[in-house]
Amino acid sequence: MKALRKLLDNIKPHVSKGGRFEMFHSTYDAFETLLFVPDKTNKNGVHVRDAIDMKRTMIVVVLALVPALLFGIWNTGYQHFLAQGMEAGFWDMVLHGALRVVPIIVVSYGTGLGIEFIFAQIRGHEVNEGFLVSGMLIPLILPVDIPLWMVVVATAFAVVIGKEIFGGSGMNIWNPALLARAFLFFAYPAQMSGDIVWISGFSGMEGVDAATGATALGAAVAGNSDKFSIMESFLGVIPGSIGETSTLAILLGALVLIYTGIGSWKVMTSVFAGGLLMGLVFNWLGAESSNGLMHISALQHLTLGGFAFGAVFMATDPVSASRTEAGKWIYGFLIGVFAVLIRVFNPAYPEGMMLAILLMNTFAPLIDHFVVEANIKRRLKRAVVKA
Amino acid sequence: MSEVIKIKKGLDIPLAGKAEKVFGQTQLPGLFAIKPVDFHGLTPKMVVKEGEQVQIGTVLFYDKYRPELKFVSPVSGTLKAVIRGERRRILEVVLENDGKDDAVDFGTAVPAQMDREALVARLLESGAWPYFRQRPYDVIANPQETPKAIFVSGFDSAPLAPDMDFVLTGEEEAFKTGVEVLKKLAPEVHIGTSRDSASKLYNSLQGVQVHTFAGPHPAGNVGVQIHHVSPINKGEKVWVIQPQEIVSVGKLFTTGKHDFSRVLALTGSEVLKPCYLRYRLGASVSEVLKDKLAEGQLRIVSGNVLTGSQVGRDGYLGFYHSQVTVIPEGDEHEFLGWALPGFGKFSMSRTFFSWLSKNKTYKLDANMHGGERAIVVSGQYDKVLPMDILPEFLIKAVLAEDLDKMEQLGMYEVVEEDLALCEFVDTSKLEVQAILRKGMDLMIKELGA
Repeated sequence: MKALRKLLDNIKPHVSKGGRFEMFHSTYDAFETLLFVPDKTNKNGVHVRDAIDMKRTMIVVVLALVPALLFGIWNTGYQHFLAQGMEAGFWDMVLHGALRVVPIIVVSYGTGLGIEFIFAQIRGHEVNEGFLVSGMLIPLILPVDIPLWMVVVATAFAVVIGKEIFGGSGMNIWNPALLARAFLFFAYPAQMSGDIVWISGFSGMEGVDAATGATALGAAVAGNSDKFSIMESFLGVIPGSIGETSTLAILLGALVLIYTGIGSWKVMTSVFAGGLLMGLVFNWLGAESSNGLMHISALQHLTLGGFAFGAVFMATDPVSASRTEAGKWIYGFLIGVFAVLIRVFNPAYPEGMMLAILLMNTFAPLIDHFVVEANIKRRLKRAVVKA
Repeated sequence: MSEVIKIKKGLDIPLAGKAEKVFGQTQLPGLFAIKPVDFHGLTPKMVVKEGEQVQIGTVLFYDKYRPELKFVSPVSGTLKAVIRGERRRILEVVLENDGKDDAVDFGTAVPAQMDREALVARLLESGAWPYFRQRPYDVIANPQETPKAIFVSGFDSAPLAPDMDFVLTGEEEAFKTGVEVLKKLAPEVHIGTSRDSASKLYNSLQGVQVHTFAGPHPAGNVGVQIHHVSPINKGEKVWVIQPQEIVSVGKLFTTGKHDFSRVLALTGSEVLKPCYLRYRLGASVSEVLKDKLAEGQLRIVSGNVLTGSQVGRDGYLGFYHSQVTVIPEGDEHEFLGWALPGFGKFSMSRTFFSWLSKNKTYKLDANMHGGERAIVVSGQYDKVLPMDILPEFLIKAVLAEDLDKMEQLGMYEVVEEDLALCEFVDTSKLEVQAILRKGMDLMIKELGA
């Protein structure tokens, strides 16, 4: 540890202003602050500070993602062997899943962090921690059979267009990870939807019925709305994006986020409330309808597709969400409503959650505007009443 | 007793080093100083020259733009030096104590029998006027105006702050005389008391409105109390004054002399025996700290850890402070600090495992615990500001120098200390108080105080 500190101190003059390798200042700084919390102290103003910083915040979110990730790795293997009708042990499944999932994660982090470092360097900023989370979110919302080059393209798009052109973490309008997903969805629809991408190695398998590979939502579109039981979709033993299938694992993450105070429980609760309400409305309206999606029970809607994952990890992204406390209720509720609405009425986009969140990301500033105006009006009213 | 106003939002930072309710031994130091920088927007004009004799109550300097505002010496002796900073700005007016305590006699008087004008003149003449500060903006009150009300917070809820009931013991009569003065100055006098203290003195007062508050810091901030009792609207002025200053004002009338003595709480984890001391405003802290501190790199703060100013071992007690806090400097690198479980770290969030142990006090240092970032996390400020104000939007309005928005979002109701906790909890490590001050200075410049 001391030797490491000494090494860093030795390098420092070379990368500081005027040094020979000044161009690597941000890169050095990123590594230094990763290894050591800076020795910088408060000047005036407050003399003590809360121990939390951006790194801690982000690492807690990554930890909260771990249950979904681990389950996703296992489920990748499980679905693979299930589709092939092969018997396999627990570790075989995990090994198969890890071999498929880990490369995607590595590629996502590699691409994203690479771009972040370059931008920080050009701007002369410190490297932002935001991508620590995005880099994990992106693989978890992708289908497992996605070619790695697509991960590279999507990540690059998300980081550059989604974040850096606005000025980096904290300035972006849309959630970068969802933007990556949306980009793939619209740029490569053939590879991102349908029935064959959700199970690893499925397209290469012979003699299997394509419908086996359909996700619950895909099957419902085809009229088969009870392909999976609610318990199966809650536990997550169904085909789907890597980290999105298990509502249980996601709820574990939600507990971590809520208990530590990092994720907004208001957003999470209101998203589920909105989705549930809309699901109930459709169950009631569509009892006779031929639209299979209307028959999915309201509760099951919450466990399917990216709904739970989006509610817990995407909608709560503080940068793209509503920033006022009152606004968070409205913002979350509308996400839930729109997610189910898009799902049911536009079967071409069974993944309504992604679009709902991106849509509400766009409207979050408007919601905030009304909350702020209400505050201003209260203040003005007070003055008038007095006078 | 009136209804209890419950403050829900806020945070009590459990710092180690609370002062025990006993008086420690100390003596007055050889050096004193009045710091013009303690007063916002003041441009000092010196009256006394270096080497000249002064008494307690001799005018040292006045405000160039409001010459009736006079600042007097808290000690008898000689003016030793005028310390200047950049662009010859006066930082400190240093005085040498001759130990005689000769004081200018302003004559005794009964405030109830005086008219307001004579009273104001007397306060100005004796240098007691700067105790009255105006909200908005936290500047010295304008003697030509009559405020909507005078507010006094009868307790201090800041980390390790002195217990006012204890501090005022023995000064009851002077305090009551001081309150008579306040009643002459403003149509209403409000005092905020804590539900958790006896506040016998406050409850015995006649002709003032007593409000009881409960809850975590900043419940004791006068700004928060004003907001809950009678919020400041555009164009309105409220004056504030602190309890010990009321005692000084009272004594000015009963003894005829400006009394600068203060009860001081010596606090913080690095003080060997935190206790109360009888001291004096403007005095060098060197005497207070002698043989009383732990080893190591220390930070000496005049005031509390949220709003105080760093003074160093030979610095001077600030004009409005009655507390000295000593904490470790913490200017060292911490290996992988952000990733460790963090059992001994304090955070409002539960991201460190310190939440496992309740009722514990922490030894916090002055380290920032991270680098400055853009605002990412939302809702953090709201958790610690018990006012109907959207702090994040207010701060952003200040950063954008949008005067209209600043006004609309409640700039008149807050001063630095009210948003100090926002700065404490901020993940992005912004200097919220400094930003707010800039906003207030801009408003004064554009719209006038």
